[in-house]
Amino acid sequence: MAISLNLNGQTHSVEADPDTPLLWVIRDELKMTGTKFGCGVASCGACTVHLNGEPVRSCQTYLGDVEDAEITTIEAIGEDRIGAALQQAWVELDVVQCGYCQSGQIMSAVGLLAENPKPSAEEIDSYMHGNACRCATYQRIRAGIERASEILEA
Amino acid sequence: MTLTTSRRGFLAATAATGAVLFVGLRPGGAMAAAATDTSLNPFVRIDADGRVTAIIKHVEMGQGPSTGLATLIAEELGMRMDQMAYDFAPSNPQVYNNLLFGPMQGTGGSTAMANSFEQYRRAGAAAREMLIAAAAQEWGVDAGSLDIVDGRITGAGQDASIGDFVAAASALDAPAEPRLKEASEFRLIGNADVRRLDSAAKGNGTAKFAIDTYLPNQMVVMIARPAQRGATATDFDDSAATEVAGFIRAALLPNAAGVAVYAENTWSAMQARDALDVTWDTSAAETRSSEDIRDEIMVALDAEPTYNVTGADRAATDAALAEADQVVEQTFYFPLLAHAALEPLNCTIEQTEDGRVVLHDGTQIPTLVHGALAQILEMPMEQIEINTVLAGGSFGRRATPQADYQSEAAMAFAMTDRSRPVKLVYSREDDMRAGYYRPAFGHKIRVGLDAGGQITGWDHRIAGQPVIKGTPFEAAFVKDGVDHSSVEGTSDTPYRIPGAVFGLTDIEKATTTLWWRAVGHTHTAYAMEVMMDMVARAAGADPVAYRLQYLDADGADQARMAGVLRLAAEKAGWGNPQDGRAQGVAVHKSFGSYVAEVVEVSGTPEDGIRIEKVTCAVDCGIAVNPDTVKAQMEGGIGYGIGHNMRDQITLTDGVVDQYNYPDYEPLRIGDIGEIEVHVVPSTAPPSGAGEPGTPPAAPALANAIAAVSDLRIGSLPMDEAGVSFA
Repeated sequence: MAISLNLNGQTHSVEADPDTPLLWVIRDELKMTGTKFGCGVASCGACTVHLNGEPVRSCQTYLGDVEDAEITTIEAIGEDRIGAALQQAWVELDVVQCGYCQSGQIMSAVGLLAENPKPSAEEIDSYMHGNACRCATYQRIRAGIERASEILEA
Repeated sequence: MTLTTSRRGFLAATAATGAVLFVGLRPGGAMAAAATDTSLNPFVRIDADGRVTAIIKHVEMGQGPSTGLATLIAEELGMRMDQMAYDFAPSNPQVYNNLLFGPMQGTGGSTAMANSFEQYRRAGAAAREMLIAAAAQEWGVDAGSLDIVDGRITGAGQDASIGDFVAAASALDAPAEPRLKEASEFRLIGNADVRRLDSAAKGNGTAKFAIDTYLPNQMVVMIARPAQRGATATDFDDSAATEVAGFIRAALLPNAAGVAVYAENTWSAMQARDALDVTWDTSAAETRSSEDIRDEIMVALDAEPTYNVTGADRAATDAALAEADQVVEQTFYFPLLAHAALEPLNCTIEQTEDGRVVLHDGTQIPTLVHGALAQILEMPMEQIEINTVLAGGSFGRRATPQADYQSEAAMAFAMTDRSRPVKLVYSREDDMRAGYYRPAFGHKIRVGLDAGGQITGWDHRIAGQPVIKGTPFEAAFVKDGVDHSSVEGTSDTPYRIPGAVFGLTDIEKATTTLWWRAVGHTHTAYAMEVMMDMVARAAGADPVAYRLQYLDADGADQARMAGVLRLAAEKAGWGNPQDGRAQGVAVHKSFGSYVAEVVEVSGTPEDGIRIEKVTCAVDCGIAVNPDTVKAQMEGGIGYGIGHNMRDQITLTDGVVDQYNYPDYEPLRIGDIGEIEVHVVPSTAPPSGAGEPGTPPAAPALANAIAAVSDLRIGSLPMDEAGVSFA
């Protein structure tokens, strides 16, 4: 059945079962590859997208449940001032290594800074706990969030 | 230097409008230049608009060779880094071989910089001299009066883009011996302000990894695999799978290792595979459990070792231990470990309109994959192209000598009419359970001390599953039966240990084993450095000072190891931890690099250990990109600490127990408080950075835990040894 999806400000009609994880709709149907598949069980955060501005794991979010929602992916998060600040900080500090988790890291970090513009290191660690980075770029993720916070404050 | 206009001048003429200068190697190995890339395999491409592209022969899995090799070109050519682009090289073992691997293109052993350092600089320097020669000819000035600065040829009152001379330069012969810069002239090499070239793309979702390959009309294949290792598929029933929308078909793999499930997309493939009912023949399957493997290793440690690695006098060591004032003894056990890179294994194969085959893959060893594909697809290698793309982590996993997952993809592709591309995708569970683990190893060490606390004998026995025996790398790494990867970091330690004897016994493999970030050093560094710490404590000595006694400064190897140890100790405030904290230290040489780490912890094993800070000092020779070296130390430390805190792969009756990250818990952001890295300035040739940060991390942590608790962790992971982490 056709389901209508509001993603990055555009409406897409998707022919898929309502039980299909949003992750696979975004990747396999819409061919937007910035959102990553890492574990499929909401344990790594690589598939994080925003649903009405809140970070969610798209591998555990189902197409049938998001018809009326506004979905944002990494491809559009740079249009958000927090997303842009994080992307700037990520480049300044060379946060990435392999880079595979970083879409999800930034999507989660936007959620953090939206609700807490000046988080402490402990608050960062707590909020970002579910986003795994197998390259262990965590020092720089923490520093990147702190730097983005500074950029936004300026 | 002499430059002559070559007979290939016509190439420049034909390329005059969209001119390109390539500098690279002819098939015979000579440095050469051309205006097309069909006549040679280039290291650098320069377009008429002045854009410079470094052709990267190593895979980018996060360790930074795309930035690193581009830095080498930019340094010698005279470019700024923001003027540089990069592209990955095709598979060609004659030209893009790893100079340390022989005729094999590959990335591993922390060798990307070590083997490319001169090669890529020479390419950049040759391009520079040719562009300058072309400009000098055009302007009628002496080449010696010209320089290239930020992509512009300047001097003698002239100033123009290098792009303007691409056509003319491509008609020249490349200099055989271009002048390379002296270290004192470096602007970019060693410059900590140089940034990665891939940061922006990896932060905005545009970077393309192998799994992001979406070709028109492609199918997704997932493979139904046996739970019990080594079982074979004999039959299957796909009647339930046919109910899954998007399911295409299922087919037994020709090697019976599983059943390939073809579907229109990934989700359909996952569902159809779940619905498939496969009949497995388990008669030849693995039945052992991890406990059995462990028992075998422990028995071997108590028996006479098969190999005396260095041929040392065992009787003399036995005598020294018998006469020792005290003997310090410890047994170690290291479990199987999965690499668990975040991008699940995958690759895509397509047949092009002209009948060639292209593999899109993030492999570490294109040459072996290339050969495997040629065999399975029954095609000459020349008709197969490997398009290397970004790897979402690897840590050794995308480097199996058997080309495991690529062979599966090729088998699945070969069972079709080849009209549709085939994308093979592993689920996380497949990736976790498919084998190719860091092998299980045991060490038993007995050290004799005299009344003054000095070492008189070191009896070190190792037993485990060899990684390299039986692979194409055997000739290079197995000597007199000893697989070097089983003992590296022990018998070749820079420590000058009196009366040291190293014994090795191979254990039959219960699973496929593989190198895993830092290979043998992942266990040898732990055994050596925990033992050193125990011996120092038994001698009543400071662990840093005690180690330094065995690193006397008259050897370069010893001096460099002592250098990082002193630096890490100084920067960490060794001996003066913050209140309520304790420190542990470890130092290790691997892949030609020396790394010392001091871990500072708070808490107790019972109430929870918190890793407050790790201070690291690294000497990897010339650090081409110091910030990348720092990042690799940070990551290497995390990789070493994370797994040793709480990860292991276990088997029950031949079945892997772990399924996904929830029971193979990755290091998380809050696990390590702070990491501080100091890079030792050096003029030595570059060695490795990708792996050497890993080996000292876990033993430094273990030694810190021992400092707060007297708990000595011999068997890993640490949480099983009674350590909880805050």
